[in-house]
Amino acid sequence: MLDQTPKEIIARSGICINPLKTCQPVGALYAALGVHRCMPHSHGSQGCVSYHRTLLTRHFKEPAVASSSSFTEGASVFGGGANLKQSVKNIFDVYDPDIIAVHTTCLSETIGDDLNSFILELDIPDGKRVVHCNTPSYVGSHVTGYGQMVAGFIKYLAAKEEKSDSIGVFPGFVNPGDIRELKKLFKLMGVPAMILPDPSDTLDGPMTGSYQMFPEGGTSLAEIRAFGGVKRVLALGLLASKEPALVIKSRCGVETDLLPQPMGIANTDAFLKRLMDLTGHTVPKELEYERGRLIDLLLDANQYYYQKKVAIFGDPDTVAGLLSIALELGLFPSYVVTGTPGDAFVSQCQEILQEYDVPPAKVKAGSDFFELHQWIKNEPVDLLIGTSYGKQIAKAEDIPMVRAGFPILDRYGHAHHPLIGYEGTRRLAELVAGALMDRYDRDCPDEDLDVVM
Amino acid sequence: MLKDILEERRNSISQGGAGLDCEKASLAGAVSQRACVYCGARVVLNPITDAFHLVHGPIGCASYTWDIRGSLSAGSELFRQSFSTDLRERDIVFGGVDKLRAGLKEIAEIYKPPVIFIYATCVVGVIGDDVEAVAREIEKAYGLRVIVVQAPGFAGHKSLGYRLAGEALMKLLTPHKTDQKERAINILGDYNLAGEMWIIKNYFREIGLPVLASFTGDSSCADLIKAPRASLNVVQCAGSMTYLAQKMEEEFGIPWIKASFFGLEDTAKALRETLDILGTEAEIERAKALIARESEKAKAFIEPYLPALKGKKAAIFVGGGFKAISLIRQFISLGLTTVLVGAQTGQKEEYEVMAKIASPGTVILDDANPSELEAFMREKGADILVGGVKERPLAYKLGVAFCDHNHERQSPLAGFVGVTNFTKEINLTINSPVWSYVQAAATF
Repeated sequence: MLDQTPKEIIARSGICINPLKTCQPVGALYAALGVHRCMPHSHGSQGCVSYHRTLLTRHFKEPAVASSSSFTEGASVFGGGANLKQSVKNIFDVYDPDIIAVHTTCLSETIGDDLNSFILELDIPDGKRVVHCNTPSYVGSHVTGYGQMVAGFIKYLAAKEEKSDSIGVFPGFVNPGDIRELKKLFKLMGVPAMILPDPSDTLDGPMTGSYQMFPEGGTSLAEIRAFGGVKRVLALGLLASKEPALVIKSRCGVETDLLPQPMGIANTDAFLKRLMDLTGHTVPKELEYERGRLIDLLLDANQYYYQKKVAIFGDPDTVAGLLSIALELGLFPSYVVTGTPGDAFVSQCQEILQEYDVPPAKVKAGSDFFELHQWIKNEPVDLLIGTSYGKQIAKAEDIPMVRAGFPILDRYGHAHHPLIGYEGTRRLAELVAGALMDRYDRDCPDEDLDVVM
Repeated sequence: MLKDILEERRNSISQGGAGLDCEKASLAGAVSQRACVYCGARVVLNPITDAFHLVHGPIGCASYTWDIRGSLSAGSELFRQSFSTDLRERDIVFGGVDKLRAGLKEIAEIYKPPVIFIYATCVVGVIGDDVEAVAREIEKAYGLRVIVVQAPGFAGHKSLGYRLAGEALMKLLTPHKTDQKERAINILGDYNLAGEMWIIKNYFREIGLPVLASFTGDSSCADLIKAPRASLNVVQCAGSMTYLAQKMEEEFGIPWIKASFFGLEDTAKALRETLDILGTEAEIERAKALIARESEKAKAFIEPYLPALKGKKAAIFVGGGFKAISLIRQFISLGLTTVLVGAQTGQKEEYEVMAKIASPGTVILDDANPSELEAFMREKGADILVGGVKERPLAYKLGVAFCDHNHERQSPLAGFVGVTNFTKEINLTINSPVWSYVQAAATF
């Protein structure tokens, strides 16, 4: 179906073809689903939230609940204050969440709705909270929207006067499987931690035979309050967690470390080192062995990785992490792209690349699948690592693909697995070797088809 | 019964009675399953395979509609790409017209499509872009059709979008208006999901009645503009296509009938009624033979499944009311009882028909939300839910089987062969051993 992508590179200034990003509100909605008994609320037209719920449902294979201000013509002329007021009343009356997390949309931003004053004027039941963030769809991408919502929770709820022995963690735009892996790392390190947001259990809940609009799990109101007094915050993902890191520093004076996602050996080592430095704890044998098993696998499979050309695409923080893993495996990254705009991504990836003796790679932010496809048509690669829509290129150019990142719409189980930590790296290494070896088996002459590889 | 139904929603729910409130805007604050005007317009026009669908607005609306509907094409795959002006903050401040113009030029030069649809989303009207003016300018410069669909999400819900799509199609067709009619039909309201339009067209091919244009499943611009020459419009998805059918009747003098190609009875009825109006003796005979042959084949196929399906309880939640009605009929013929039926955007008459044909006590809902669906499915003990993507995980969470009768349908569900596929799918999901794990406690 991508026959229409011409090989000859076309300079474009007016159109994005086959986007490698989506808009801020869906990220905000996702973040809010990681807070306990929280109703994400989209302040805009009805369609937005329908699309966001559909996308999240397709990725997580779970219900994703959110409400909408259901703007009408009137609201778009006179402002959405009345809609928000009615929404908040209805939501507390009927669905009874503890928190409503409002995010704005392109429409409510453009007409100039002032959420700060709207929320001040609301009649909020005792013990309930309404928070908000600004997520105009024409700024950033779903990744920055996610960061805005996390920052919104901190702004409204974190209490400076709290004292906590925990480390606070902003996990970045990752899957429930990553959150579980993070928790495991903290547990093994013996370090108490609070994670905001925490979509494990809310978006990978077990089958119980009953449906709960607000499942168990998610960061609680009390925990978010306590974030204001944590010893330190580790903010993971340079883009997704940048805004909340700034906010918690400025509002509550909490010291923060803005770190790359702990993906790959070096990043995970650095992450654990940071925990050691902060707490004086040592890395337990269990984790050392886990690391050892990962390296063992890389050794066993090394001949399949080295010098294979790879294109990596998806969200900035994830792609940067995948780039680290790819380089550690011995792959040669040819293209490293994200649709999210921002030069920081490019310099981050260039820095990572400089540490390795590899041919130059094309690194680009604000790109799209069309451009990536054109590049691949001109200089092919051996492997794709990225999100679901990449499969169209994989098919058109007959290139094996490993799925990683957001969204994965066309396979099951991805959200359950981590990409972070030694375990996430080990899994990706296994998937990459599997994909390359499957390809070898498929293409090799019969006499070369061997069970010993 | 759901204990906390919003007072304002009470009239949108009925149990075994008529008088349902519908065709209303959703409540602010409700968790609605509904989409917006843009979505309605886009899903109707999207299957035009060689058209260029440009979303003018911030990126989201283009991202979420990229190749999400399994409309198949025998020709161009252009419609499966996603194109957007990807408006950024700067464009919101200074206007998006320059970017739109640049984009249209690039499209006209790279792709040279016969028609470009521009979907103007929420903010475009607010920032005051004169999209029409740019469209005319490009039409003139490049000699192609550029049709603007003003589809801000806030203007209403999906139904209005259907109407806007109808208006856009009328703009495409009107220059080709003619008094010279052919003894041929157009098929409206089938989107060739999993190849369903092909199934319907094949029936008419066998019967010998020519089909001029299909709206919009597997259609090309060149096919669509033949439509004004037809003598009858056969409208399958009335929810999305009634407006266009009415307009084509007014403007081109083409009468129309509602038809449903879901289920044995309805498919046979649709073919018969079409031929009653337009068919020759020979065609009617061929149709009879086809209906007899295919019905028999389908019935023979269904037969062994019936004991496994008998007495199961079905819940239906789909987009349009007309489809819901067909599904109730289909379930009756498979021996299932429908205990809950709802639509996102059903019409009053449709809800009345549902009340009439469904068994007494069936819950009927307009624009239901997940809590309502859950409460009533639980109360009624539904074994299967037929719905779309947002309903799937809800059903699964309740341990209830699910069949996608929407964009994600696995196999074609239209026509006689659709009945066998539907039976297969229902059986697969409803009798899958996986449900036994839901009820059973762990054995440790």
